[in-house]
Amino acid sequence: MTLDDYLYYIILPVLSVSILLVFVRFVKGPTISDRVVAVDLLVTSGIGIIAVYSILTHQPTFLDIALILALIGFLGTVAYSFYIQKRKNK
Amino acid sequence: MISVIIAVIATLGTLFVLLAAVGILRMPDTYLRMAVTTKAATLGIGLILIAAAIYFYDFSTTTRVLAIILFILLTAPVGAHLIGKASYISGNKLWEGSIMDDLKGKYRKTGKHVSAPKNPEGENEQEEEEI
Repeated sequence: MTLDDYLYYIILPVLSVSILLVFVRFVKGPTISDRVVAVDLLVTSGIGIIAVYSILTHQPTFLDIALILALIGFLGTVAYSFYIQKRKNK
Repeated sequence: MISVIIAVIATLGTLFVLLAAVGILRMPDTYLRMAVTTKAATLGIGLILIAAAIYFYDFSTTTRVLAIILFILLTAPVGAHLIGKASYISGNKLWEGSIMDDLKGKYRKTGKHVSAPKNPEGENEQEEEEI
């Protein structure tokens, strides 16, 4: 079994299963904070999948996309928490 | 030989990401979920990225990977702290088995999803007017 086969048949399915589990929490999440945490973890897992995929396709350029995704994920978390704190009385 | 090392490191990282996913599904509380996901996912993603750096064995790629890892290490605690504070302010209850609440008594509820910090100097009225 070569490294590519191992990554393709074991690592990527396990990462996909973990993304499915996080998505279950994203759908279920009782409060909005749970959903924001789930989105943060989805973005982080996406970075891992991009890293594995860059090994599979021998393209280190994909790691740039991972960097940008990390930046956007952090910005999203900060913006969500800002607007959760700014919610008005209802 | 080098592919075995890459496979081992990638497996460790994937297991940590899987643990984070199971933790976010099974933990009873928003704050406990946040604690699990921040630490485990950061370590897992760092290991997977290190595996990619070992695979490419290139100076520019290694620099890029180190930049991503440093960025995640810097931003994950900040994001978790911000979300935790926003969640506490919006009135999210702790799990009943929690034994410690350092912010207890420092916020008062001003609405269903809003709290304001308790201040004896009367700054609260100004803040509520701004809202």
